[in-house]
Amino acid sequence: MTATTAAAPPATQFNDRHTHTTLWHVIKSEWTKFWSVRSTLWTLLILFIATVGLSTLIAWGESSNLSKMDPTDRAQLDVTNNAMAGLAFGQLAIAVLGALVLTSEYSTGGIKATLTAVPNRLRVLLSKAIVFGVVALVVGIITAFAAFYVSMIFWTGHHLEAHVGDPGVLRAILGGGLYVLASGMFGFALGALIRHTAGAITAVVALLFVVPPLTNLLPGKWGDDITNYFTSNAGQHITEVVKIPGHMSPWVGYLTITIWWVVPLLFGAWMMKKRDA
Amino acid sequence: MIEARSLTKKYGDKVAVDDLSFTVQPGTVTGFLGPNGAGKSTTMRMMLGLDHPTRGAALINGKPYTHATSPMREVGALLDAKDIHGGRTARAHLKSLAQSNGLPLRRVDDVLELTGMTEVANKRIKGFSLGMSQRIGIAAAMLGDPQILMFDEPVNGLDPEGILWIRNFMQSLAARGRTVFVSSHLMSEMALTASHLIVIGRGRLLADTSTQDFINQNSASGVRVRTPQVETLLDALTKAGIKAQQIDGFIQIDGSTTDAIGDLAAANKVTIHELFTQRSSLEEAFMEMTRDSVEYHATVGADTSVGPNGSMGNMGGEL
Repeated sequence: MTATTAAAPPATQFNDRHTHTTLWHVIKSEWTKFWSVRSTLWTLLILFIATVGLSTLIAWGESSNLSKMDPTDRAQLDVTNNAMAGLAFGQLAIAVLGALVLTSEYSTGGIKATLTAVPNRLRVLLSKAIVFGVVALVVGIITAFAAFYVSMIFWTGHHLEAHVGDPGVLRAILGGGLYVLASGMFGFALGALIRHTAGAITAVVALLFVVPPLTNLLPGKWGDDITNYFTSNAGQHITEVVKIPGHMSPWVGYLTITIWWVVPLLFGAWMMKKRDA
Repeated sequence: MIEARSLTKKYGDKVAVDDLSFTVQPGTVTGFLGPNGAGKSTTMRMMLGLDHPTRGAALINGKPYTHATSPMREVGALLDAKDIHGGRTARAHLKSLAQSNGLPLRRVDDVLELTGMTEVANKRIKGFSLGMSQRIGIAAAMLGDPQILMFDEPVNGLDPEGILWIRNFMQSLAARGRTVFVSSHLMSEMALTASHLIVIGRGRLLADTSTQDFINQNSASGVRVRTPQVETLLDALTKAGIKAQQIDGFIQIDGSTTDAIGDLAAANKVTIHELFTQRSSLEEAFMEMTRDSVEYHATVGADTSVGPNGSMGNMGGEL
């Protein structure tokens, strides 16, 4: 801050004056942005700790009460799915982070610098989605494996532990990672649509966590349909190994929650293109 | 080159920018002048593709900015220095911008040095003063070493040192053939910085002229005399065919010089106690021009000494 006289702009030679901005450039830029705010690392740590912690508690509790479990429940015992139960909390951390990816730019005004540097708005949105989606999936898979292996410690004593090689188990663990991706992208999509941090976070927490259990109160067949196809109610089937009659298949459930985030994201993309920044 | 072609922006019934057409040429600092709320920021936002025009177009080098293949090499812009994510370090902010356009990362160090921000590069932006934020904004604008620079009210809130720095900086850019487009609501500031002026009020074009012409046309000058022999001097002036009027105990003569009036007084043996040139300030001329287009008039101090921005009182004497 000592330069008081006219600063002479440095003579600049660009090796390549005609470099066109590409999607890859923007992805690298968004990668830098994503990791250069503290909230990113903190939120991912919370995702990991909350998920593994809750899963551990559930595995400890259930394995301790095994003798009191009635035979029907015991026949349907799904230790892998139980190991993923911590995602009920973990999903909130990643959904909040997803919402912040866009809303933090709007709330700080940084979006103007972003869109001035890259006027192609859909390219910005796509780059953010790719960076966030890849991180969510990778961290989600790591978290799911950690939750699985920690949970199995409690079941080994009862000789009830699952193995990655067992049918459906690897799919269920990777499904845990995929579930993190879906809930994160749901937050991202609502962020793109709503643009306000508080509004987007409220909406995503309500739709993923608060409303799904409440849908059980709806009466009749249509009420059951809404319950079954509602966000996390549908998506959580991806971590099930033991087939339970009447439950939708893992992939139908996952497709359903994917539609839940893809539709608002497409609408958000259209709005982003149309609205003033 | 920047071009506005019948640029219009409406928010519902409210017209923010009304059929603006003008061109901003390279090699000069062009001042974009208007009272608060005149539509300057909206115009700049449309030029940058941030807002969509209701009608008309804004062209950068002949095409809409959104079609630029390497945007940061064409235009560098500083809109609001506080529009920035405070959680990042200055270096991370600049790095991400450089990456977005595939610019070499050594440019980050170049522009940090250019703006004197190297020492605080690794500090988080939220702790920066407004002046430092302005410098970071300018550093970002300079990353692509662009041909066109746009600054929206860059001296707002800066201390005199910062103002001087920005003024010199913009002029040095223009001297290197860049197009520099800078908005302000302060006529006095623009008179020092810009060599061309585009004046708007309520979104409409009021003037598109060189600063020198604007000054010549708008700063009418006159001579004021204080004398104990008012009647004698007035008679002499009338005989010489010079129009004069009495104001505040002075005789005011428009369109004359102190030499001519002094000689005339001497020839008529009139004692003179005071004789000086009186210029109406550019700020007054600007206020006069935009009087009808100021959005929010001050209700207190409605006499002419206080302008719509309330900050002009101390500027009057400067010009």
